Amino acid sequence: MKRYEQFSHTADIGVRVFGRTLEELFENAAFAMFDIIADLDGLKGDITRDFELTAPNYEELLISWLDELLYNFYTKGIIFYKFEVTLVSADLINAKAFGRAVSDNRNRLKTEIKAATYYNLKIIKKDDYYEVDIIFDV
Amino acid sequence: MAPWNGPLEKIDEFRWRIPKSYMNGMRVDGVIYADDKMIEDIRSDKAAEQVANAAFLPGIVKYSLAMPDCHWGYGLCIGGVVATDIDTGVVSPGAIGFDINCGVRLVKTNLKEAEVQPKLKDLVYALYNDIPAGVGSKGDIKVSAKEERELLVEGSKWVVDHGYGRQEDLEYTEERGAIKGADPDKVSQRACERGKNQAGTLGSGNHFLETQVIDEVYDETAAAVFGLEKGQITLMIHSGSRGLGYQVCDEYSKDFIRCLSKYNINVPDRQLACAPVKSEEGKAYLGAMKCAANYAWANRQCLMHLARLVFEKIFRISPKDLGMDLIYDVAHNIAKMEKYDIDANEKVLCVHRKGATRAFPPEHPELPAKYKKTGQPVIIPGDMGRNSYLLVGTKKAEETFYSTCHGAGRRLSRSAAIRACRGRSISGELEKKGILVMSSGRETLAEEAPEAYKDVNEVVSVVTGAGISKKVCRMRPLGVIKG
Repeated sequence: MKRYEQFSHTADIGVRVFGRTLEELFENAAFAMFDIIADLDGLKGDITRDFELTAPNYEELLISWLDELLYNFYTKGIIFYKFEVTLVSADLINAKAFGRAVSDNRNRLKTEIKAATYYNLKIIKKDDYYEVDIIFDV
Repeated sequence: MAPWNGPLEKIDEFRWRIPKSYMNGMRVDGVIYADDKMIEDIRSDKAAEQVANAAFLPGIVKYSLAMPDCHWGYGLCIGGVVATDIDTGVVSPGAIGFDINCGVRLVKTNLKEAEVQPKLKDLVYALYNDIPAGVGSKGDIKVSAKEERELLVEGSKWVVDHGYGRQEDLEYTEERGAIKGADPDKVSQRACERGKNQAGTLGSGNHFLETQVIDEVYDETAAAVFGLEKGQITLMIHSGSRGLGYQVCDEYSKDFIRCLSKYNINVPDRQLACAPVKSEEGKAYLGAMKCAANYAWANRQCLMHLARLVFEKIFRISPKDLGMDLIYDVAHNIAKMEKYDIDANEKVLCVHRKGATRAFPPEHPELPAKYKKTGQPVIIPGDMGRNSYLLVGTKKAEETFYSTCHGAGRRLSRSAAIRACRGRSISGELEKKGILVMSSGRETLAEEAPEAYKDVNEVVSVVTGAGISKKVCRMRPLGVIKG
């Protein structure tokens, strides 16, 4: 299954993310974001970070998760490329992200994402998978 | 994408109405400034829908506006203007944008094109090397946590006091580069962290630093006041509040979703989440937004200072002879408290401008003394292959809460622009037109290709045709640094 695809948005970048489970949807959304930020091809890393996040619903949880990763990218200088998400409940996730320091890989950076937005955000359950459209402000 | 097929009623040659009957919940009409040709571009994405969505905001006064460079964004469209009554209305971070106080400044020089051309390559390389740009770049201003709080309150003045520029630069910066009411306690630790290393960095995407030549003067009198004439070299800087502003918008957008139920507010898009201007939440956001705005002014001040040093180095001329005076610095993503006569009563409105520029008329009390007769300078960057403009505000712009366009406005998405440029050398094409470009991002030049934008000449002809701004002069790019 395709992890995500980009769609046209005039000012910003839009991605349609797919996942067989909500967990996979969260993982693929994070992958999509870093795939836009940097060239992830062949990137191997030695950094892991654990996250525990809460929000009132899945959509806000999804944006909180992406924001948390963006914050870590900008302030700790980590490019993340692999993610393991566990949904503990509708308002809580535990996650692990694997990454590598930006400092060794500045030439991999492509796009500055300012934030993930809530614009028209809706997680949709299809027959056997989930999808969500996310607009990133760039 | 299917074109927007909602109602657009032609009011006159330059204005179109979305009647409030379009959607149940719109409190006022939407009004879009465009001519017959531009309205077709505007129909091609969802900008008009976002103009209608913004008309839901409580306390909105008169209409939800969009300028001719408007295009699809998130929350409010880019190019949107929304004024709310501060007693009954709301403030919405999504109607200002993540890049709080993204804006432009225009700097004059005493150089003529003939003096610059032989050294243009050296100049562009030096600007590219000496000015931090691109994703992940760090500035050369290192501040402690305590100093960063001072910077958030004092804005441009703080950096000028620390050696980045001159006192008189403040006179020609909107709000003198430090809007009052900034409250660093309302800025999170995380936002401060994201801003800490980024003061004095250009950013990426559409942010730029451009060396230009004035190729047309429309208003000799106003141009003389600004010290400008045909053939003269100018410098334009477009940047914003970097990670600090993004983080502020991010956190308050999230918190304000909670305010929708708390204050019983109905908006059709979560990214338009808002809170009453006078609520605790509204005041907190405004205190933080002002910090981010001050940070952005400080940032552009640093960038200008770095650029001045480069010009001095390349042309070996003293700062005095180089004459790199700031003409003006103005925000185009911000909310400001401004007084207007509404139905014969003076009201203070919270004017949200998201991709729209404040354009005060002659004699406005907030103008520097030198510009009382001309009106406020309005700086309109175009794409990197065509033109930019210097305009001034007019009395007629009262109808748009003294707001006008902010640039050319995107026409193509970034991915469509990259597709359109596949196999082409954008820098080569521009070089043939006499424009040198350098960029740190690999795909930035394709994303920012001239054809990705509307023609700024058309945008400007709408705002001047509608009478909400007046042309002073037009610039042509010579050397462009992109993030």
